[in-house]
Amino acid sequence: MDLRISSHPILAPLPEPSVSFTFGNRALRGRPGEMISSALYAAGVHVFGHHSRDGGAQGIFCVNGQCSQCMVLADGVPVKACMTPIAEGMRVAPCEGLPDLPEVAPLRTRPSPRFDETSVTVLVVGGGPAGMCAAVELGRLGIDTLIIDDKAELGGKLTLQTHNFFGSVKDCYAGVRGIDIARILSDELAALPTVHVWTEAAAVGVYHDGAFGIVHRGEFRIVRPGQVLVATGARERTLPFPGSDLPGVYGAGAFQTLVNRDLVKAARRLFVVGGGNVGLITAYHALQAGIEVAAVVEAMPRCGGYKVHQDKILRLGIPVLTSHTILRAEGAEHVQNVVAARVDADFRPVPGTERRWDVDTVLVAVGLSPVNELAVKAQEYGIPTWSAGDAREIAEASAAIFSGKIAGRRIARELGVLIDIPSDWEPLEEILKSRPGATHEIVQQPRQDRVYPIFFCDQEIPCNPCVDACPMHSIQIPGTIMDLPVFEGKCSGCGKCVLACPGLAVSLVFEDTDPTGETAVVLLAFEFDAARLPVDGKVVTTDRHGRPLGAGTVVEVRDRKNQDRRRLVKLRVPAAERLEVAGFLVAEPDPGRPVEPDCGCADPGACDPVICLCERVRRGEILAEIEAGVRDMNILKATLRTGMGACGGKNCTEPILRLFRQAGVPPEDVTPPTFRPLTAEVRLDSFLEE
Amino acid sequence: MNEKNTYDVIVVGAGSVGTPAAMFLAAEGLRVLLLEGAASPGQGSNKAAIGGVRATHSDPAKILLCQKSLEVFTTWHERHGEDIGWKPGGYCFPVYEEGLRDQLQGMLPTQKKFGLDIDWLDADGIAGVVPGIERRDLLGGTLSPGDGQVSTLKASVAFQREGARRGVELRVKEPVVGYAVRAGRIEGVRTANNIYFAPRVVIATGADALAHGRMLGAHIPVTPDSHEAGISAPVEPFLPPLVVDMHEGPEGKTANFYFGQVHSGQIIFCYTPKRAFLGHNRENLSEFMPVLASRLVALIPRLRNLLIRRTWRGLYPMTPDGRPILDWVPGVEGALAAVGMCGQGFMLGPGVGAQITDMIMGRPGLLPPEILSTLSLSRNFGATPSEALA
Repeated sequence: MDLRISSHPILAPLPEPSVSFTFGNRALRGRPGEMISSALYAAGVHVFGHHSRDGGAQGIFCVNGQCSQCMVLADGVPVKACMTPIAEGMRVAPCEGLPDLPEVAPLRTRPSPRFDETSVTVLVVGGGPAGMCAAVELGRLGIDTLIIDDKAELGGKLTLQTHNFFGSVKDCYAGVRGIDIARILSDELAALPTVHVWTEAAAVGVYHDGAFGIVHRGEFRIVRPGQVLVATGARERTLPFPGSDLPGVYGAGAFQTLVNRDLVKAARRLFVVGGGNVGLITAYHALQAGIEVAAVVEAMPRCGGYKVHQDKILRLGIPVLTSHTILRAEGAEHVQNVVAARVDADFRPVPGTERRWDVDTVLVAVGLSPVNELAVKAQEYGIPTWSAGDAREIAEASAAIFSGKIAGRRIARELGVLIDIPSDWEPLEEILKSRPGATHEIVQQPRQDRVYPIFFCDQEIPCNPCVDACPMHSIQIPGTIMDLPVFEGKCSGCGKCVLACPGLAVSLVFEDTDPTGETAVVLLAFEFDAARLPVDGKVVTTDRHGRPLGAGTVVEVRDRKNQDRRRLVKLRVPAAERLEVAGFLVAEPDPGRPVEPDCGCADPGACDPVICLCERVRRGEILAEIEAGVRDMNILKATLRTGMGACGGKNCTEPILRLFRQAGVPPEDVTPPTFRPLTAEVRLDSFLEE
Repeated sequence: MNEKNTYDVIVVGAGSVGTPAAMFLAAEGLRVLLLEGAASPGQGSNKAAIGGVRATHSDPAKILLCQKSLEVFTTWHERHGEDIGWKPGGYCFPVYEEGLRDQLQGMLPTQKKFGLDIDWLDADGIAGVVPGIERRDLLGGTLSPGDGQVSTLKASVAFQREGARRGVELRVKEPVVGYAVRAGRIEGVRTANNIYFAPRVVIATGADALAHGRMLGAHIPVTPDSHEAGISAPVEPFLPPLVVDMHEGPEGKTANFYFGQVHSGQIIFCYTPKRAFLGHNRENLSEFMPVLASRLVALIPRLRNLLIRRTWRGLYPMTPDGRPILDWVPGVEGALAAVGMCGQGFMLGPGVGAQITDMIMGRPGLLPPEILSTLSLSRNFGATPSEALA
């Protein structure tokens, strides 16, 4: 079995698997540089071991080096599979219970402490959009800057974003795909002589002596910054439910890493929990990678993400079920089914509405929290500290770009460089950060012209690529960038607005292609394999909300180099539907099967959700402590070991705080856990000079 | 004064000493108030300790107190059905230098006189209990199999909960801001919002002892320094004893270092800095892990593949001679100081708690008077320092 993706509508292919390794007694191959976790997923291996406390199956979870769910033995050494590349001849084994420490060769020389110290004017922690944009500003001003990132490539989550960004064309690369923005910024940094880049470099601690501890390619290095910008982004919130500890339940970041970075078909069929932008976009990414999406559920009556993102997947045939919640994931060692139900106004499941879907993966995308621990500590220690992007405030990547630019300029000014912060930057950052505005009911009107665009863009969001795209200057956004586009003037039918719209929410209507007047041609953008659409093939067209309209016939598929990996599809449709056709189905909607409310578990303990994944602590155990009067999370650490595992409480702290609230304990009565280095586990020999 | 706020004994400080002391006092039927400034017991130096417990000291008071502590720790599970992470396996002092060999062997007769189970092992014997230890120049070492390790986190909660069952009233987030003393007698303590009365007050404030002495008009000579410690991810148990490597590190930073594998599999470690870090600062320093790593890997090379999880720093409430203070405060009748445990508060705690209880009850205690007097506040602190080991 090889679940690697060999052709992708957006992403360039990766090298063929040529590195031989073994997993247990299976001989496998991986791509050069591929992480063990991806190589195992590509071979259909989802269970990487079993936990020492209760034998629970372990697999991938964060795919970000932050937890330890994916621990395996590589040539006998316990490692995180998601951060360790395969090597020729490597023997990988599952980690069953606690790992043994392997024997090593006797020392030839006495190891000495690694005291590798670097001083730098500005340290930027995190090479995502905010960090990179800050470093660009600093580098352009000739300021000595070190930017570090724990991955092999700069870009942060941009490197996983295959879709086109919203925002402003002039200011933050709107209309460009995230993966391409990462490349643009990375190239720009490479050309700046005072900017130094450390990749595969994780900041693991900040110390009272004013130093940052950074593990750079397996070596601990001490960096003493004059100023530090923390641009460490966000971490995904977790949602405990029965079965949420099963391999196959994980976050969008993990999924996008496997699929979009490593081109591995991580799932056969996906169930998405959370209708924010992250969940909606990831559902789209899944379809592009040939992964089916059963449904997206959102507990609120409306999705929190941009409506264009939601409409985009609705038009493809993915059900988006608002006022629905996941009840449980089912399976022995891996997800086999998921059960969800409608919720009432108080978010309680409505009996009788339970349905079961056959899926192997549950993607949890229920929001983000800033990763700001390092910033808090650095500030406490008197290091001049700034933060930008999601580490400062959760928002879209376009806002992070702006936030980074502003932070870069502010730091430069702090260093005495005379540089302005243009007066329109901060207002624009505010707009880019803002939630979507009002949704308007648009009634499409036919025009007298031969060809004209239809905008299915009905929600106020900060976006303007269509304006610049039109060579006839016929598209305007009258007020602020939040306003909806207006077409007034001539249309040449070039389709550039269709190609430019990040939401794929523009069509062109060609009125004069049928002398009988019974049909018309519409031009739509399509980001899937063009081979799906043979000329004269039939598709089921949908309106902008994904409601099926009728049949369309493929007239032409245009797939040119200058189309930025988008295909333009001409469909012949009944004239009566021409203004409404906004897309066509590529997936068959799956309503799920009705199901009895009981899970039928023999062991009721198994239904008690695991809250702390690292130490496998269940909700009931925590509630019992809260009921016994515990108000200090440090005591939960002592009695239950919550937060004492590899992730250091990154995943369970918020769910535990929610349990306190549910138990009626006011938040101000709860003492938070103490934060200490290291922020991620570090191998002991990283601290040695050998 | 009202009944609600009146107790038989007030224990100030719910740390390594105060928490077990309150538990023992309540077992005598006394009405006990345990006051703590932090949100929970055990949040100061108690949880910073690595949890080694040994009776094999060279100081008679410490030997007797820790023998009592060991009795409490080793029988806890059996008596109370609660796991406090007791792990037998002893303390092992491997030796690579002849001078240290002579020093440790010289201590053995005294230790045996107190009935301590400790012996000299040759190099093969040490390699047998510390698998993977560097054999080059290894001369042997001592092993005291009756000693062991306890989870400081679990023990603190266990003592507090047992105390609660016996009637100890715990009040947290109430730092003591003053003492009520009239006519040379203690009457009670003041916190920010309350005043509590008792004819007996135990000052178990660890590193803050000096300040509390001042509030009482007494000089309690305790100055904290600090040690950093850390812990790894768990690995399959392979290391039974807590290991103390007594020699100074070639890196010039460490006087000695010590580590062990706790009951749940993690390797926990600490070193004694050659130059003391004085003060109350508990924040981490960047030099700790590199220094510690070089010592751990030099001693047991296979530890190089450990994943290090967390580091922290705890206070050593030091007295000038390295011995604890356990005495009635001169001039303040009813005030008992049990402070200055010099970094051994966790292992001394239950023993000290038992001794405090005997003193409060006015009966002969664990420590004979001549030994108790070595812990007095009026002793000559400039005399021979006690051994300053882990």
